[in-house]
Amino acid sequence: MMMEFSTWDILRNLLLAARWTILLSLVSFIGGALVGLLILFLRIGKGRTGRVLAAGYVELFQGTPLLMQLFLAFFGLGLFGIDVPAWLAAATALILWTAAFLAEIWRGCVEAIRRGQWEAAASLGMGYIQQMRWVILPQALRIAVPPTVGFSMQVVKGTALTSIIGFVELSKAGSMVTNATFQPFTVYGLVALIYFALCWPLSKSSQMLERKLNAPHSHH
Amino acid sequence: MPLIAITDVKKRFGDNEVLKGINIDVDPGEVIAIIGKSGSGKSTLLRCINGLESIDDGSILVAGAHLAPDEASLKALRLKVGMIFQQFNLFPHLSVGRNVMLSQMVVKKTPKAEAEAMARRMLDRVGLAHKFDAYPEQLSGGQQQRVAIARALAMQPIALLCDEITSSLDPELVAEVLAVVRELAADGMTLLMVTHEMQFARDVCNRVVFMHEGRVHESGPPEELFGAPRTPELRQFVGRH
Repeated sequence: MMMEFSTWDILRNLLLAARWTILLSLVSFIGGALVGLLILFLRIGKGRTGRVLAAGYVELFQGTPLLMQLFLAFFGLGLFGIDVPAWLAAATALILWTAAFLAEIWRGCVEAIRRGQWEAAASLGMGYIQQMRWVILPQALRIAVPPTVGFSMQVVKGTALTSIIGFVELSKAGSMVTNATFQPFTVYGLVALIYFALCWPLSKSSQMLERKLNAPHSHH
Repeated sequence: MPLIAITDVKKRFGDNEVLKGINIDVDPGEVIAIIGKSGSGKSTLLRCINGLESIDDGSILVAGAHLAPDEASLKALRLKVGMIFQQFNLFPHLSVGRNVMLSQMVVKKTPKAEAEAMARRMLDRVGLAHKFDAYPEQLSGGQQQRVAIARALAMQPIALLCDEITSSLDPELVAEVLAVVRELAADGMTLLMVTHEMQFARDVCNRVVFMHEGRVHESGPPEELFGAPRTPELRQFVGRH
């Protein structure tokens, strides 16, 4: 007997799965931001070893497909006899991937601050950490907000890949619902719309923040 | 004893030796102009004195303390010697008042009220007390440079290094900055300034140092240097200015 599915049934199931997309996005972004901050400070710090390691890390994660990173996190650890559940592999790979990109975005922002700002702070007796804390980071932060929010969209879309290792989020739910309903166009159309509904506010707020932070006299 | 003793200082950038053995003694209260063509090493020398560039050879003593490259001695040095830059380098995210307060509070751990009082006094000294709450971008270049001077003074240095502080100003704004420097000189501040303002050097400085190709080519009182230059290089330089 053939089951009948209404569009509402489809949408309801997709929305339930979208919760996991949102959760995975949040975990990846927050975790990625924390790890990214660490990589950033190694990358721009004074220690040569740290700089080389951080640069290597960024190159590695930017230079390989996210899909391979997911496979390696999922199957790779299995080789050592560690059974990795799909959610853990997904979160780990996405956190490390996000960290690499955020560290690189933020490095650009720190380096955009003119050399003279460091020198003026130094000439007033501030040490490296004080220069960073009071002069460089507050300025870098302002220019970092728009690209960081912009990149969070990539994270949301990146979570779709985790369907391949079996994590049931929006995309995986889409293919499961398609298999049950045989309505691929409706289902994937709705899936795409939900992704859009998640990303569009991010894109808009990125644009708004960019305008706001670039406006003159915006410190008040 | 000289306040700043620069002895046989050498500085190389790669194969390019920018300072080839500089000797200058600066006495307390002296106002010295360093002049010379661009590329003669005068800005580099000033940056070395404040530890923004490390030196390859020789020694720099400020008030008897050696300039060493570690952060603690650099900090101690910079508390004694302030620096004013060609590009002002005010902190754009902070108000004028905060610019002058920041390093007092962060470096010297001065309580906020005290730092603010000092900031107001120093801004008053450069004629900008009314701009306390303005942001740097709202000020003219001349005003920004005066704030930079107030910011350096708030740390109560015993000497100030001025690196072409009027060079990026529109001509009509140069005078207000020089007037502030003139007052500092009159108050007995030790000043070491790289400058292209020959008239100012003539009027205000006790001594003029002419640098040429990484060496002190001639030095002496302004009337002597400008009136009777001994070397053809200085004669040519003075003739052009």
